[in-house]
Amino acid sequence: MKVISTVAKRLGYAFVLVLAVVVLNFMLIQLAPGDAALTIAGEMGGATQEILDDIRREYGLDKSLPEQLYVYMTRMLSGDLGDSLFFNSPVLDLILDRLAPTILLVTCALVLSVVIGTLLGILAARNPGGLFSSVVTVFSLVGYSAPVFWTGIMLLIVFSALIPLFPLSGMIDISKDASGIGYALDVLHHLALPAFTLSIIFLAQYSRISRASMLDVMGADYIRTARAKGLAEGSVTYKHALRNAVLPVITLAGLQFGGMLSGAVLVETVFNWPGLGQLAFESILRRDHPTVLGILFFASFMVIVANLLTDLTYRIIDPRIGTGANH
Amino acid sequence: MAEPQTQSSTVYAPAYSPGREAWSMFIRNRSAIVGLVLLTAVLIITLVCPFFYAVDPFDIVWGPFSPPGDGPEIPLGSDFVGRDVLAGIIHGGHATLAVGASAALLTITIGIAIGSAAGFYGGVVDELLMRVTEFFQVLPALLFAMVLVSLFSQSLTTIAIAIGVVSWPSVARLTRGEFLRLKELEYVKAARAIGSGNGRIMLRVILPNALPPLIVSATLTIGVAILFEAGLSFLGLGDPNVMSWGLMIGANRDFIIDAWWAVTFPGFAIFITVLSVSLIGDGLTDALNPKLRER
Repeated sequence: MKVISTVAKRLGYAFVLVLAVVVLNFMLIQLAPGDAALTIAGEMGGATQEILDDIRREYGLDKSLPEQLYVYMTRMLSGDLGDSLFFNSPVLDLILDRLAPTILLVTCALVLSVVIGTLLGILAARNPGGLFSSVVTVFSLVGYSAPVFWTGIMLLIVFSALIPLFPLSGMIDISKDASGIGYALDVLHHLALPAFTLSIIFLAQYSRISRASMLDVMGADYIRTARAKGLAEGSVTYKHALRNAVLPVITLAGLQFGGMLSGAVLVETVFNWPGLGQLAFESILRRDHPTVLGILFFASFMVIVANLLTDLTYRIIDPRIGTGANH
Repeated sequence: MAEPQTQSSTVYAPAYSPGREAWSMFIRNRSAIVGLVLLTAVLIITLVCPFFYAVDPFDIVWGPFSPPGDGPEIPLGSDFVGRDVLAGIIHGGHATLAVGASAALLTITIGIAIGSAAGFYGGVVDELLMRVTEFFQVLPALLFAMVLVSLFSQSLTTIAIAIGVVSWPSVARLTRGEFLRLKELEYVKAARAIGSGNGRIMLRVILPNALPPLIVSATLTIGVAILFEAGLSFLGLGDPNVMSWGLMIGANRDFIIDAWWAVTFPGFAIFITVLSVSLIGDGLTDALNPKLRER
């Protein structure tokens, strides 16, 4: 029963957060300089008087603020994120069209950074004072300090221009017109550089965290016990220590989803990856405010869902959590 | 400094203040020294060199796409319209550093204000402020900053505010943790016993003792803010009338094959600047950690 009530509580809390994002969007529209109807229409959308009047009526802009908020909230929560005048189509459709490439990019980058980062961290932790450990430390420092869009451009110059291993931009090669496995391979070929670029920033953090966490766990009593009973070092590292050392990594991975989305905006722009980030960038240049605000709402929504899933996963992996009355 | 000077005075020879001890620890740290040297170089290039290298970074001074060393006037080459890349590097650091520093200051101020109130008062205040903090952590930071800049204005001030508004939650959490820990200590109770008010206890008793991790965090915040500013300028959301390293990369990004130098050097400048700050932050972490000092 406790589990169900915990889940219900978390769901309720997530819903409140979604509401808060809607209120924030509403406030941004109100606070932006100029007429709210113009902001909703988007300055460069070529809004006619007729369209503006429509918007005023639909959003109840002649009514009081609380009433306007109510109208806005019911619209947003029913999935109506407004219309983009530039594309002449509902914002939600635009977002859903661009969602898959972004999810693909972010997921691959997340998996790459978690797997490689954890491995590097573990290997570094086996000999904390050694050369490899220093290399990992330096590498993580460099990965953290280089601006991600610049790393992407550098990789493009080296691995697309100098050594033509990977394509310069986009997600597919239009001239190939491949389908099935050929298509998947083509996408993968295009995905490699952007996914690696995006993973670098986070890779640095994972290797640091898993190194620290591993060093911490390796000093624990049960590890000494495992060694004392004659287990091989590999078994101690991977079976006993890793399972416990990986917890902070999972928390970080879930919480980093938002950061990944932010990074994706830059990486997608560099590689012309047709995802949400690129749409956000283009829409901002076009002053297509409904699309921009819609993406902000949708991205925050995804982060809320990701956090919820992380929280629940964490509880499953570590049964010690969740028994306390306060969680 | 009439405040209680941490527990260290009982452990160490009283001849050294904790500050001096941290400093001697800091300058013995190799990475911290490298960081300091790099930062000094960056500051000289961006703050002193503009007086000696007066080429306007927006002026077209040479043919486009000229590689480094093509002429004595353009040691680092020219970009796609023929602007001097070296002039961009020297004059473009201003915006990046100014926005980075002021955004970091704002981040720290908001973070400490919210975190200390939450940690000190606890209860409902804590609950409420932490919910607000969590809310801001849900927003994808760069996206939110982009929205703020595009809805309001593309000025350096808006950019600094936007970065500050999206970056404070981690500082708030850290401050809250320190305040929660420190407020239970004896010397805080002692300060209360002699009749100090809440404001005095927070600012003059707890905050100075919570500073070591906050200083490290502040240093790292500067790095994050610089990367943010660079990202926004790269996307063309910076002030279009002010040259900046991010803007140079963004403007030349369609010509990375014809003019690799025009994107490589400004990015390297950003990288070195953030690296120097990160190295200093790492050095400070070690220097300000009393546990490491005992070794």
